[in-house]
Amino acid sequence: MKFGVVVFPGSNCDYDCYNVIHRVLKQPVEFIWHADKDLNDFGCIIIPGGFSYGDYLRAGAIAHCANIMPKIKEFAQEGRGLVLGICNGFQILTEAGLLPGALQRNKDIKFICRYVHLKCVNNRTNFTRGYKPGQVARIPIAHGEGNYSADKNTLDNLVRKKQVIFKYCDEKGLVTEAANPNGSMLNIAGICNEKHNVLGMMPHPERCSESILGSEDGRLIFESILRLT
Amino acid sequence: MFSVKIYIRLKEGLLDPQGKTIGSSLKALGYKEVSEVKVGKLIEINLSTKDRNDASKKIEEMCRKLLANPVIEVFEYKIEEPK
Repeated sequence: MKFGVVVFPGSNCDYDCYNVIHRVLKQPVEFIWHADKDLNDFGCIIIPGGFSYGDYLRAGAIAHCANIMPKIKEFAQEGRGLVLGICNGFQILTEAGLLPGALQRNKDIKFICRYVHLKCVNNRTNFTRGYKPGQVARIPIAHGEGNYSADKNTLDNLVRKKQVIFKYCDEKGLVTEAANPNGSMLNIAGICNEKHNVLGMMPHPERCSESILGSEDGRLIFESILRLT
Repeated sequence: MFSVKIYIRLKEGLLDPQGKTIGSSLKALGYKEVSEVKVGKLIEINLSTKDRNDASKKIEEMCRKLLANPVIEVFEYKIEEPK
């Protein structure tokens, strides 16, 4: 499957994603420049983490106005492939309206950079097929604005339509307030759109896809995506 | 030419960790009377249009499309007369 990794000024996980696709998964991958007006065909587009445009105005707000974004919107809405937004990529997807809700400042303001545990609450998506039901994954987070917020109606819809994909949990898989690093509503760490072809998540699977990096739990996401081919 | 001031605030009831932290710092400085602090943004824009209605229409559009995030923020604005 051909992957594309979008690069904005200030993206800083673009090469990590490229590395996982190219060297670990051994799949074709290309960078997609934010100012491009055309989008080649891809099976999966990754919007990587970082601080696009210095997080000016709000994290992800400026990036959603980039030339390439209407093309990515089209790609997602027409169901031409998958879109995976990681960290800043998740923030960009909410700003672009491809995912509901918003990512607010963490509840205690701190930038948090550490491993967390995630519970896969829906493994029937093209992003999570490789996970067992309720499987707990150890994946790092690194963000200052990861506090997922939405109104009650949106939250109810997300739950009803099985769009909540990952929740912060403890080692045993219990979704508790203590295991919630940033104040996210319902402990949400990752959600997808109604069509289930766009996933946004704050944790960084590309940082834990090789044993030498301390955890391989993130690789399952990329391997799940590959099952599509 | 109009000069517009746009005020953007978090929606009522949403957690404002910046405001909270500033509040506790003010208390630490001895201002015991501080009961709540909220932080927002002020954006100033100069518009070269002669039509006030047009200015207001454009500003609302800009707020909805980019300047504010309607999921978590509310905005208001003041249009000042040309100088």
